[in-house]
Amino acid sequence: MFEIDSGFKDKELSRALLRGIEKEFKSPVRFMEVCGTHTMSIFRYGIRGLLPEGLFLVSGPGCPVCVTSQGDIDLIIELSKEPEIIISTFGDLLRVPGSRGSLMDERARGSQVNVVYSPSESLEICKKTPEKEVVFIAIGFETTVPTVAATILEARAKGIKNFSILCLHKTMPEALRTLLEDEELGVNGLLAPGHVSAIIGARPYRMLSREFNMPIVIAGFEPADILQGILLLLRQLNDGRADVQNGYKRAVPEEGNLRALSLIKEVFEPCESTWRGLGKIEGSGLRLKEEYGEFDAMKRFGLSPNPSREPKACLCGEIIKAKATPLECPLFKRACTPLSPVGPCMVSSEGTCSAFYKYGLL
Amino acid sequence: MKDKTIHIDHGSGGLATKKLIEEVFLKRLSNKRLERLEDSAILDISSNQLAFTTDSFVVDPIFFTGGDIGSLSIHGTVNDLAMQGARPVALSLGLILEEGLLIDELERVAESIKDALLEAKVEVVTADTKVVQRGKADRIFINTSGVGIPYEPRLFLSSERVEEGDVIIVSGSIGDHGATILLERSGFKMDVSIGSDSCPLNGLVETVIKGVGEDFNKLKVFRDPTRGGLATVLNEIAQASNCNMILYEDDIPVKEEVRGVCEILGLDPLYLANEGKMVLICKESIKEKVLGLMKSHLYGRDSRIIGKVERNVKDESPIVTLKTTIGGERIVSILSGQPLPRIC
Repeated sequence: MFEIDSGFKDKELSRALLRGIEKEFKSPVRFMEVCGTHTMSIFRYGIRGLLPEGLFLVSGPGCPVCVTSQGDIDLIIELSKEPEIIISTFGDLLRVPGSRGSLMDERARGSQVNVVYSPSESLEICKKTPEKEVVFIAIGFETTVPTVAATILEARAKGIKNFSILCLHKTMPEALRTLLEDEELGVNGLLAPGHVSAIIGARPYRMLSREFNMPIVIAGFEPADILQGILLLLRQLNDGRADVQNGYKRAVPEEGNLRALSLIKEVFEPCESTWRGLGKIEGSGLRLKEEYGEFDAMKRFGLSPNPSREPKACLCGEIIKAKATPLECPLFKRACTPLSPVGPCMVSSEGTCSAFYKYGLL
Repeated sequence: MKDKTIHIDHGSGGLATKKLIEEVFLKRLSNKRLERLEDSAILDISSNQLAFTTDSFVVDPIFFTGGDIGSLSIHGTVNDLAMQGARPVALSLGLILEEGLLIDELERVAESIKDALLEAKVEVVTADTKVVQRGKADRIFINTSGVGIPYEPRLFLSSERVEEGDVIIVSGSIGDHGATILLERSGFKMDVSIGSDSCPLNGLVETVIKGVGEDFNKLKVFRDPTRGGLATVLNEIAQASNCNMILYEDDIPVKEEVRGVCEILGLDPLYLANEGKMVLICKESIKEKVLGLMKSHLYGRDSRIIGKVERNVKDESPIVTLKTTIGGERIVSILSGQPLPRIC
């Protein structure tokens, strides 16, 4: 299963791609890597330092924990305080600070917070603790949604009654549209996320590219994938084109993963969603369809959305929109560190601040 | 043993405790000093330098591919002694058992402790068992302490002795233990063959110290990169010595399977725990000799030079830099907290 990526770290290939980039690079440009996994990979391999001066990579809104609104984070933490509720969540979320404390703090105070690696593990917890309500915190982009949908279907098939999800899923295309509508964005090309694209395919990007005259390349996560993506973007610019190119054909079919898409469609429907930094965006979230309403924690526990108040002085919202870098944030490395983060971009292993902190800049 | 599970009587100090100690532990670990069952053991040691260490083990799961909490508790303490250049001479063994633990499992742990002791050529000379109510501990916790005497009393191993030009050697692939535990804990069914690297390192250390002979003073520091992994240990040495370090990613041995697990769980092998690996820093002039000695030992076969110590930075804070496979550079910082697997 690991052969898929071998060779793409290849030194010779990377060098050749870097030479190509040198050759095609004519004048200053800014490309946005939309996805947090790209950001991490770019830092891990020291890619920024290898690019010609004037070729800037900026990070986009592609870290699911980072774009979750403060109101929603607070809602999760409030929910964890209910004695009859067991929270089931991915590990990333544990340290994300709410207005008052994090899930990790609540766990130390006695809340039951279980870290899972896959949503379906929540059903095991349901079986072991029939007297409790298990709530899975459903955060994530299109990559994560199909497994959550499958878990809902499994819970229904097995007649599991003490399971629900707090549905905070977000989808990428409408958020990208909002970002591109911002005239101050100043981005000349997008590196589109490989794993989200593996689910949704290349098609959703075609409309965006046409509408905003924006070169887009879908890229994988190995250094050579990313370098190839940058090279293809430069070529499009030089040719005066704005297309969608699929640089990750080994994982991304044009039409996406049809089985995963139909799973999503069976269980979820689009809705408005609030993004940190970007605000409310119509059609950029997912909610459970009426017929799966019994699994909706909002309904089950009579919750209502919290107003979103982001921490003072924290620039996460601006960083997500590529309008600021962590270095411009007054809190970065001072009040805000991975162990006591103020904003989510410092917590998530895919967050821009966390990447800047962990891998530094040379 | 007839009983199937541990119950609270096994910790009473009475007959049930005696039976447990005899049938599970003495049967396997007996030696002249332990079987006296006195309140403490008398050690007959002539050296005027003693290494003394303690460590507690709470690993979950208690059985994992390549080892279990029993062997780990022996290797951990033996290795802590070895990293100070000391031969282990005696260990203590303290167990906290949760009511309900299967006796079968305890016997497996005791058996593995026995094997680990045999391999490390050391004995448990004093021991203690306590039982707590169900829910007050997680099946089994172990504490071991150990004393050791230096292989070479004139050798002073310390991070503070590290200086510009020294080379950094690692005794084999990194991240095996951490990746194994995280994978088994995650419940992911991945078709990969990885196991913990847990093993005693005293033999390897002895081979190196004795092998370099009168050059012993060119050995600077031995460290086992357990929690926090290679990245954390090297940062600690950098800080203690005030020297920058450079590592070459191409030269750092990481098993393909470990790399795969890391990619899927969103982790970095540089930060994963090792339980049978050693980082050694020595003067450049003896690097080939040391590397040869390490490679001659079973637990150092895959030793590699992975980097070097650069200039002393005096007032700035020292950094560890990694030259990546594609020629980029990045800073390797210290681990901030528990590694958290990611969401996509």
